[in-house]
Amino acid sequence: MPYARLIPCLDVAHGRVVKGVNFVGLRDVGDPVELARFYSDGGADELVFLDITATPEESATMTSVVADVADVLEIPFTVGGGVRSVEDAIRIIESGADRVSLNSAALADPGLIGAIARRYGSQAVVVAIDAGDGVVHTHGGRVATATETIPWAVEAASRGAGEILLTSIAHDGRREGFDLALTAAVRSAVSIPVIASGGAGSAAHVADALRITDAALIASIVHENPAGLPGLRREIQELGIQLRPMKELI
Amino acid sequence: MSDVVVVDYGAGNTRSVRAALTHLGATSIVSSDPGKIAESALVILPGVGSARSAMEHLESTGAAQAVRDRFATGSPILGICLGMQLALERSDEDGGVDGIGLLAGSVHLMTEGRVPRLGWANVEPWDEAYYFAHSFAASSPDCVATSEGVTVAIERGAFLGVQFHPEKSGPAGLAFLERCLTPV
Repeated sequence: MPYARLIPCLDVAHGRVVKGVNFVGLRDVGDPVELARFYSDGGADELVFLDITATPEESATMTSVVADVADVLEIPFTVGGGVRSVEDAIRIIESGADRVSLNSAALADPGLIGAIARRYGSQAVVVAIDAGDGVVHTHGGRVATATETIPWAVEAASRGAGEILLTSIAHDGRREGFDLALTAAVRSAVSIPVIASGGAGSAAHVADALRITDAALIASIVHENPAGLPGLRREIQELGIQLRPMKELI
Repeated sequence: MSDVVVVDYGAGNTRSVRAALTHLGATSIVSSDPGKIAESALVILPGVGSARSAMEHLESTGAAQAVRDRFATGSPILGICLGMQLALERSDEDGGVDGIGLLAGSVHLMTEGRVPRLGWANVEPWDEAYYFAHSFAASSPDCVATSEGVTVAIERGAFLGVQFHPEKSGPAGLAFLERCLTPV
């Protein structure tokens, strides 16, 4: 198995990075290109950019952010939010993103998963699931659907998703640890990798998640102290998790 | 004349590989023009798209034949991910596709571990970690490096193919690309 991955998530609105707490309440923390470069140098294994405005008017702004990031970043990155069609995925990937993340658009049209996977391969399609009380939520976690979390993860994988980005709504933004039971249940139901998301407050939390799954998404823990990323990596490694060796950080 | 031709498959992200080349001081163009493929100092078959649509584009534009001719004359070619796989004789992807056929071997869906295989992994005997994102893996007598038992580099004559993405593998990936550019 490849090394466990540490993935900072950058929420983007109007071309700027903002920080989300419990999906509500935003604070501007900077320029996406600068922050991406900084996190890459500091030991991010991958990055996720989430367009939280995700309106059609914003798509040109996001495309230009993607292109600017691709020109300076030498690690992979995923773009989510506002990907509603194959055309959106083409626009994002051909601007330089490695993968797109689908959320409510995949729920509304599950065929979208396969359509993008056939064009670019499964590794280019992440399905993001905002989970709470056993069901999938939409609208940034505010609206519960009737779709059950685990069957949806299984269906997404069977339709060609290459990874599940699993956010526990109840844990998100609280910094009290990931939902390990949910993460383990989803991961055992699928054969594709699963990124745990929501709740990272310490190196121990991240290590707990990486013991049971493939990757962990981190947000406020790193956005509050971007320069602390190499130290966070070291702490996670000291807890027995194998992250990729970074000669340049030693 | 550009230093590098990144071969165009008709779809996909070639921006990242070109950005890495620019960073290393090499000029590049994206093209499927047989004349440009013949002339350039280095040709890169990039790692984007699907096997069938890429091969259809390569055959219809004459790019596939230009790559074969180039291989025969011993001019360097680098294949990345799908680009490495396309250099083999056959792939199981998309229901079965004939490759460019520079090297003996074929491509199969991986069955062990989590698939797609995503993330950074060590490459031996090169003793370096690079980034992987693939569901299919090569099998070839020309294997020169492996990662967790998977064939991740194949080499014969002027062709070197790698399963990982050097353009997405940080400083290690840039150093790899720089070595590929050295004869340029």
